[in-house]
Amino acid sequence: MTPDDPWIALKRFTDARIGLGRSGSGMPTREVLNFSMAHAQARDAVKTPIEWPSIEKEIAALGLETQRIASAAPDRDTYLRRPDLGRRLGPESRQVLSQRSPSETDLLIIVGDGLSSTAVAANAIPTIKALLPHVRKNEWRLGPVLLATQARVALSDDAGEFLKARAAVMLIGERPGLSSPDSLGAYLTWEPRVGRKDGERNCISNIRIGGLSADEAAFKIAWLLREAFRRQLTGVNLKDESNYQLGAGKRPDALARPS
Amino acid sequence: MYQATWQKTTYRFADLKTLMAKATPLRSGDVLAGVAATSAEENVAAKMALAEVPLKRFLNEALIPYESDDVTRLIMDRHDANAFALVAHMTVGEFRDWLLSDKADTKALGKLAPGLTPEMVAAVSKLMRNQDLVLAARKVSVITRFRDTIGLKGHLSVRLQPNHPTDDPKGIAASVIDGLMFGCGDAVIGINPATDNVGAIIDMLSMLDRMIERLEIPTQSCVLTHVTTSIEAISRGAPVDLVFQSIGGTEALNSSFGVTLPILKEGREAALSLKRGTVGDNVMYFETGQGAALSADAHHGVDQQTCEARAYAVAREFHPLLVNTVVGFIGPEYLYSGKEIIRAGLEDHFCGKMLGVPMGCDVCYTNHAEADQDDMDTLLTLLGAAGVTFVMGIPGADDIMLNYQSTSFHDSLYVREVLGLKRAPEFEEWLERMGLADKSGKVISEKPTKALLEHAAGGVA
Repeated sequence: MTPDDPWIALKRFTDARIGLGRSGSGMPTREVLNFSMAHAQARDAVKTPIEWPSIEKEIAALGLETQRIASAAPDRDTYLRRPDLGRRLGPESRQVLSQRSPSETDLLIIVGDGLSSTAVAANAIPTIKALLPHVRKNEWRLGPVLLATQARVALSDDAGEFLKARAAVMLIGERPGLSSPDSLGAYLTWEPRVGRKDGERNCISNIRIGGLSADEAAFKIAWLLREAFRRQLTGVNLKDESNYQLGAGKRPDALARPS
Repeated sequence: MYQATWQKTTYRFADLKTLMAKATPLRSGDVLAGVAATSAEENVAAKMALAEVPLKRFLNEALIPYESDDVTRLIMDRHDANAFALVAHMTVGEFRDWLLSDKADTKALGKLAPGLTPEMVAAVSKLMRNQDLVLAARKVSVITRFRDTIGLKGHLSVRLQPNHPTDDPKGIAASVIDGLMFGCGDAVIGINPATDNVGAIIDMLSMLDRMIERLEIPTQSCVLTHVTTSIEAISRGAPVDLVFQSIGGTEALNSSFGVTLPILKEGREAALSLKRGTVGDNVMYFETGQGAALSADAHHGVDQQTCEARAYAVAREFHPLLVNTVVGFIGPEYLYSGKEIIRAGLEDHFCGKMLGVPMGCDVCYTNHAEADQDDMDTLLTLLGAAGVTFVMGIPGADDIMLNYQSTSFHDSLYVREVLGLKRAPEFEEWLERMGLADKSGKVISEKPTKALLEHAAGGVA
């Protein structure tokens, strides 16, 4: 690379893999290996089971109760082939949740492995931590934090129906990208009940270091939840306008990063 | 009722739809839909029964009723009985044998296309091995034109796909420069936008238009937004070359995409009215993919490959410049592994070509599928041998906006070198004129030329 290499200037504008050079028609060895490593990380994010005990410990340290549940998909392979099973509770979890004595739950937080255990390990606890001050301020009564294995987003409907929650937020590992294997999504559902459609949820995507920070995400989740409680709905009719509030001086310090 | 007997077991299939589904090479989407064969033997028995079905039968037994689906009506109403006469006496099995014979040459297949229905070509594809799909598709010639000539024998075009997660114009331009240096972009320079805001779409269209004009590139641009957004952009005076739309093989699926056949017609007429093509007027760009109908609950119990083939009947009605199947994008619940993706890519290309559609393929996969770059190399090589019209070119094969892996700029050089495939002739001449490639079409430099940088920068400004 020479100082006047135009690729240096062009690479400032995009994370796309430009200016890689060539080995004949092919990619240089360095780039083939970089790509392979990125793919390996994404594959591991999909395949590696979550280590729930450490997450349970950290959530307990926040003073919250946890409850493990599992979808009707018995293993990873079935989970990938049968999204319908990932949206339903498995028989054991169904029993566990039905035995709980009913309590008034405003907000049910569910952590689901989804398609990236890496995302959950890196970003679920920071997001819950950042959300808790908003929960206290709004006096939302929390249910147990559900830790869900082989989970799809709509599993929150089945669980929310059992616990008669007024709203649910599912923090779930997103389909991993090559450059972002650790991206967490937050899906908000007003009155989670079986049969809810995707258009009835709000989604906050790309929660990760280098993407949307946990503080930013928590701010957006709380904004949307306040609106959901006020208007009694989530989904396409509830537009995320929290950015306007961020601009109006309510922006937490954590947001002060170069965009 | 259809049936086949093997030794002492007789397999029965209630109707043609069931028979087609059970005869399909196994894939996760058909299992998910509950229409797949339940044993390997049943799968082969269904193929045996299907091989005996006369092609004429497909004109009398609609898989999705004529009354309830406008794609079925399109297929039946547009069927050309004169063209069909050539093969009208054949069964599906005989049709396969004929396709592989010397009688089925480029001229015969070209004349036959309007006489074939998607169901007929889907059916015969189910009896074909991968090599049959390559060999038969290779014989078909589908040529389309806008600012260059796409689909000539021995040629392969590439869509330059410079996506950026926030549609940043400089980020997009940087990827375009990289792609042009690899000689990519003769099919189209096409952006998947992150936004559907019509103002932002017009800005992107204008930027690509300035780049193409200043650099005098014999190619076309496209921003892959909903057809109604393109119509709106045209009404506001935007420089739209190609109108894009995702389409499917059932009325219900198209409805889930927010389109109808009349809306597609309106989009085409709007683009034609601008008269922006220099060597032809193929102004539509369509994308499709197996599994879409099931995911929208719009499949009517028809297997996903047959639904997909029906989408090409929609496409051909509108004389597109380009059609491509985004084969591995949808995920493992529809195509589980590299093996299933490779098979589907070859089927889609074959079916599209048989129906007279300029068929390309986004050779791609997601990170939760059992697939990797080696599988993509295999499919790309096979499709190159099959005469695929175009493939994608993405920096380093990594689409940072759509989060999936496709084929890279490098991959296009690879397949050209291995199979001796040329770019569209007008584009190849331009590369030489710009000093980006030599007479033989080999790209020269690894660093952008001054002209490229200045004009690209001018396009952004």
